[in-house]
Amino acid sequence: MRRLTWERVVSILLLTPSVIAIAIFVYGFIGWTAYVSLTKWDQLLPDFTLVGLRNYQKLFANQRFRIDLRNTVVFTALFLISCLVIGLVLAILLDRRIRGEGLFRSIYLFPMSISFIVTGVVWRWLLNPGSAELGSTGINSLFDSLGLGFLKTGWYTDPKIGIIAVVIAATWQMSGYTMALYLAGLRGIPDELREAARVDGATEWQILRHIILPLLQPITLSAVIILGHISLKIYDLVVAMTGPGIGFSCDVPAYFMWDTTFRGNHFARGASIAIVLLVMVAILIVPYLVYSTRTEAEL
Amino acid sequence: MKKLISLIMIAAMLTVFAPTAFAAPPAQEGQDYIVLAGDWLAKIADKYLGNPYSWPAIMALTNQKHLADSSYARIVNADLIYPGWKLYVPSETEAEAFLATYDKNKPEMLYAAGPKGQLVVGSWWTAGGEAEGLAEMFKIYKEKYPDVEIVNATVAGGAGTNFKAVLKTRLIGGDPPDTFQLHAGLEVETYSPEQYLEPVDDIYASEGLEAVFPADLLSLLKYNDHYWGVPVNIHRSNVLWYNKAVFEANGLTPPTTFEEFRNVAETLKAAGIQPFVMGTKDGWEAGHIFEDVLAGTLGAEKYKGLWTGATPWTDPGVTQALENFKMMLSYANPDHSAHTWDSAGEFLIAGTGGMMIMGDWTDGWFTSKGFDGYGWAPPPGTDGIFVALSDSFALPKNAPNEENARNWLKVCGSLEGQEAFNPKKGSICARTDCDPALFNEYLQSAMVDWSQDAIVPSVIHGAAAKESWVTDYKDVITLFVASGDVAAAQAGLQQACVDAGVCQ
Repeated sequence: MRRLTWERVVSILLLTPSVIAIAIFVYGFIGWTAYVSLTKWDQLLPDFTLVGLRNYQKLFANQRFRIDLRNTVVFTALFLISCLVIGLVLAILLDRRIRGEGLFRSIYLFPMSISFIVTGVVWRWLLNPGSAELGSTGINSLFDSLGLGFLKTGWYTDPKIGIIAVVIAATWQMSGYTMALYLAGLRGIPDELREAARVDGATEWQILRHIILPLLQPITLSAVIILGHISLKIYDLVVAMTGPGIGFSCDVPAYFMWDTTFRGNHFARGASIAIVLLVMVAILIVPYLVYSTRTEAEL
Repeated sequence: MKKLISLIMIAAMLTVFAPTAFAAPPAQEGQDYIVLAGDWLAKIADKYLGNPYSWPAIMALTNQKHLADSSYARIVNADLIYPGWKLYVPSETEAEAFLATYDKNKPEMLYAAGPKGQLVVGSWWTAGGEAEGLAEMFKIYKEKYPDVEIVNATVAGGAGTNFKAVLKTRLIGGDPPDTFQLHAGLEVETYSPEQYLEPVDDIYASEGLEAVFPADLLSLLKYNDHYWGVPVNIHRSNVLWYNKAVFEANGLTPPTTFEEFRNVAETLKAAGIQPFVMGTKDGWEAGHIFEDVLAGTLGAEKYKGLWTGATPWTDPGVTQALENFKMMLSYANPDHSAHTWDSAGEFLIAGTGGMMIMGDWTDGWFTSKGFDGYGWAPPPGTDGIFVALSDSFALPKNAPNEENARNWLKVCGSLEGQEAFNPKKGSICARTDCDPALFNEYLQSAMVDWSQDAIVPSVIHGAAAKESWVTDYKDVITLFVASGDVAAAQAGLQQACVDAGVCQ
């Protein structure tokens, strides 16, 4: 056993408050929510009769929740792919040491500094389709004036593609951030590696494919984690931009959770949605945490 | 007037005989006194109580009277009284009783302080006419209870959703406001009234409210045989608004049946006008329109029965209502989920849209937009039916300033309070004795309907069912608007009723 030096005492003292706070306010409340999700609390007056997993059973039979889950999967997949692709392309282009790089970097990064609420309102206007009788608006009217009328769609008012409209807004906001991550990664790759490859006669494409992309893997992983948990928890963008949408085509679990808990007083149902969300995020993040702690331990 | 003259005469006589009269005959009974030029408190005390040092009794007891009856003056400064003020001169026994307890070092005794402390009023009225109306009621309250500090605890957000989230947390946490806004009707069930609220039957009795509210409203307000809130206003859910110029240009009159609605809509469509405009972005608007369609298809009695279990949701009438609603939706702007009700209303103002169905707050909204080319009519089938919603104030258990809250509820129910609030808010009084001259043309017509129509409760605005049922109902209608699947929607509505514990 190590000796209890003064330094160790101080560090333990300094850490204790935050450990206690996190234990109560994070893990304590996670536990509380999990407990509530197993009860019968279905009105303002708490009712802590345990009913086992019945809330979850009912939840997965709920049509709105099924649509929400589908929306989340579609949203997360499309959002991740488009952010990663656009971010990587922008980063590679900027990495050519072009003129005015700083300016472009700021322009692409800028949307991230805006709140999702603002983004939502702006894109609600841009993607407002208008109608035949009342005339097109936003991007649809741009298509009209460019003679590209066949591209017009109902955007988020079309039940089939509603959630994709939300993906567009979210991608606009977050792809600049992905670009910044990738740019940092690209700058971290020593020039010697590329030089060596060129000397060996590799084409630029081969360099990208076999040297740069593999070296960017850790960056991609962090980007997936960060973007993934944003997309699973997305709420503010949906509230500001579309609401639950026509036939819940833009609804997400977080919105449903708020609606059912604070409007419908289905507290137990709300708690089960929260736990389902937690599990989904955990599936994404826990392997990453395990992986990164292991790598750290090896170092 | 007579009293005044005789008082002046007495005063005049006293002046004349003052030198000879050793002392004025002391007053046997307490009496009112109107201040004359040249009066001061000690002089009046000397004259009526035989001792100038008795003036604190006049001041304290006059202030006390002022609390109940504001025709009595409120004396703030003992050295400053004005001619024409009405004072109360106590009888000698009253004066002695007061002076025996009076302590010169406690000047607050002179002010006979009424209720003190705070009054925390929770509501979702943060802007526009409703905030102005609330301020008017605060003004009346402040006049009556000047020492109470009013804390306006509003939380912004349509139909009170954000406010209610905050309120529920405070109620469960044992930190209620003194009084809070509540949609009259079954929304009260949401708050488990036996647990969290205080019944206010005694206020109905002391203020005679049962005599001034319509019987339909009273039965709506009663839950478990008690009243749980005092309503301040009434809104009507079933109003069909139309652009007058558009209707005139096409030779149309507002439709009274669903068949007529179809014909009117076809004519408008042929004229290149969006026949029916609506916005469904916030999720509740379609449910709002559908409740009016339900009432219009089923009639008042059967509609009411839906919420008590007397009419089954499997009734063919409900099927018909869904079909009617579907027909109306086919004439609606396809981008309705991009609009809120008011942004959709812009089309009606612009004349590119023909009709919309929305509650009568639309009237105030049109006015605020400077638009007066609108007409109104009951939506198809609802002539003689008033689908009502009402805002009331409730009294939570363990309100920190219960007495102040009770006084607030009295102001809410009073004629004075309702006449001040409603013209600003753009709603009509829950009382039937308000003066119509204070209201605009639309509201006057609504007042007439209110006094003679069959009153049925609105669902989406919390009068007909508890909130958990309302949200389930709303979700079913949201799905129906997209799918148009009548059978699935009817099954969903039935299921919602079963989940609410009303249907089997």
